[in-house]
Amino acid sequence: MAFNILEPGLATSVQDQGRLGYYHVGIPQGGAMDQLSASMANALVGNAASDAVLECAYLGPKFTTDADTVIAITGAPVAIFVNGTAVEQWTRLPLTAGDEVSFGMLTGGTRYYIAVHGGIDVPSVLGSRSTYALGALGGLHGRTLAAGDTVPVGDGAGTPPRERRESIPDELRPAYAKDITVRVLPGLYDHRLTAHGMDTLVTASWTLTPVADRTGLRYAGPDVEWQPRTQPFGAGSDPSNIVDAGYAIGSIQVPGGKEPIVLHRDAVSGGGYAMVATVISADMDLVARSAPGTQTHFEPVTMDQALAARADAARIRRAVWV
Amino acid sequence: MTPTTQHLRAARYTWGGDEFLFVEIAEAMSLTANFTANAMASALAARTVDGIVDICPANASLLVRFDPDVIPPGSLEELVRDIEHEVAQLSEQTLETRIVEVPVWYDDPYTGETVARFRKGHQRPEGTDLDFAAEENGLPSAAEFIRRHHSSPWLVSMVGFVAGLPFMFQIVPQEEQLEVPKYLSPRTDTPPLTVGHGGCFACVYSVRGAGGYQMFGIAAAPIFDPAQRLADFEDFMIFFKPGDIVKFKPVGEEEYRAIQAEVAAGTFTYRQAPVTFDLQRALDNPTTYNRDIMETLNGL
Repeated sequence: MAFNILEPGLATSVQDQGRLGYYHVGIPQGGAMDQLSASMANALVGNAASDAVLECAYLGPKFTTDADTVIAITGAPVAIFVNGTAVEQWTRLPLTAGDEVSFGMLTGGTRYYIAVHGGIDVPSVLGSRSTYALGALGGLHGRTLAAGDTVPVGDGAGTPPRERRESIPDELRPAYAKDITVRVLPGLYDHRLTAHGMDTLVTASWTLTPVADRTGLRYAGPDVEWQPRTQPFGAGSDPSNIVDAGYAIGSIQVPGGKEPIVLHRDAVSGGGYAMVATVISADMDLVARSAPGTQTHFEPVTMDQALAARADAARIRRAVWV
Repeated sequence: MTPTTQHLRAARYTWGGDEFLFVEIAEAMSLTANFTANAMASALAARTVDGIVDICPANASLLVRFDPDVIPPGSLEELVRDIEHEVAQLSEQTLETRIVEVPVWYDDPYTGETVARFRKGHQRPEGTDLDFAAEENGLPSAAEFIRRHHSSPWLVSMVGFVAGLPFMFQIVPQEEQLEVPKYLSPRTDTPPLTVGHGGCFACVYSVRGAGGYQMFGIAAAPIFDPAQRLADFEDFMIFFKPGDIVKFKPVGEEEYRAIQAEVAAGTFTYRQAPVTFDLQRALDNPTTYNRDIMETLNGL
């Protein structure tokens, strides 16, 4: 079976849990930006957590299904319509062949996910179905969806959707706050900031700018002070420059001391800007849910605290699959 | 002068969150630092340790992605420190690699069009990126800069930024390195296969997109082929690996078009030959050494 795309939405792409192991040649992990929401959508339709979903940013697609199926939509709060009638988010939605699904306006957050029983069945490239648009790799023809596309859906191994749960309980659904605290582990080149510069990074209220996509998110706020130095050979002239190095996913760079950038799942794999802290793995979904304008505080934590938060996040993820 | 031996201080270990270990081998770029990064990456890969997700050697550093649920950060650091020690003890610093001839149409009209499009806000709004690069290096002309660019080989010191983009470091003494500042503000567009330069690094842009390196010309053949159409891409969609040695070959329009036709017909292959890269020889006498390794291409 397949979805027929009538309108593609702003930047709708096929994503799964990502493509690990090719970052050393510049291919980022990719995958759903908000992994927890994507996983919840898969749980609702009886898929595996690793099945591919559609990630929608801001403006969703309009599509029809060519067969009876079950879908679920999770993530940023958005109005959903089946044949023009409003339906619920975070719940199983049975569809009949010919049904048309469309979306209204977002009322918070940035990205929402459409899972379908059987998963989106584009070919797996380097172990993943995720779209890496810059490299024209994975997903549907290596790009975001376009009007007229036919998006193949798997047969779910011939099994009916397992009724794991009808909907995601309120207490498990992520929040979409306008003011968030993101935990970061200072490190990498943090010694290159002045004490005042580091203090600014972890005490200021940063505003997410509209310059935010799958590669990275840029924040407005005060200048962050770098220590002046004689630059090492090959490092470039600005104190925020280093000899080009690998970029940790989630790392924060502050080019020229202005507007910190958090690299996300489609990160460029390296470059010449010093990183000074990294968003812990447990909070990457939280960053992904931010809408422009979100007030963001970076709270420094230790490695032990990061690992404890990671274990907590795993417990929440598992709870969905019980 | 380039020292005949270069001793690196102990590497600096730090964390990029709970999934990345970052090892800064040296603050400054050098062949020795890059050799160490790649040697450590190979040694770490050879151990096939559970929980290591990706090993990313860079110019003068190493980034290791790991799964802390499988290997605790402390154990990983201990392991990589062992490997650093092991690599420092190596008596022979050689790398089995290859030398590849990369045809480039320097100062071509395509690059010229892009260069012209981004003059506003450039360090040298009049003229071209090549004129600027020549001036910055105290060279009399763009033509002389181009000659220096292709007359000595380059070591692929890192692959990344975007899929398959090689960073290259010229195998010449530090005082002969071509150094050019990056654009003051990054461009929103760079055509694929543009030959760029920023700081002491050359690159070939593998995909279309943003970029900050000065632009000198266009490579004639693909370096990233997701469809794996050409024979050089049969095993993998990305052509370059860290440790590859690149010899740029200047071509004019006619040869550029002929190569493009071969690419379109699916018959193009890169001229390449196996070579053993010997760090000590490269440091001791780069001129003779470069002549020797470039000679291996000529027998083909």
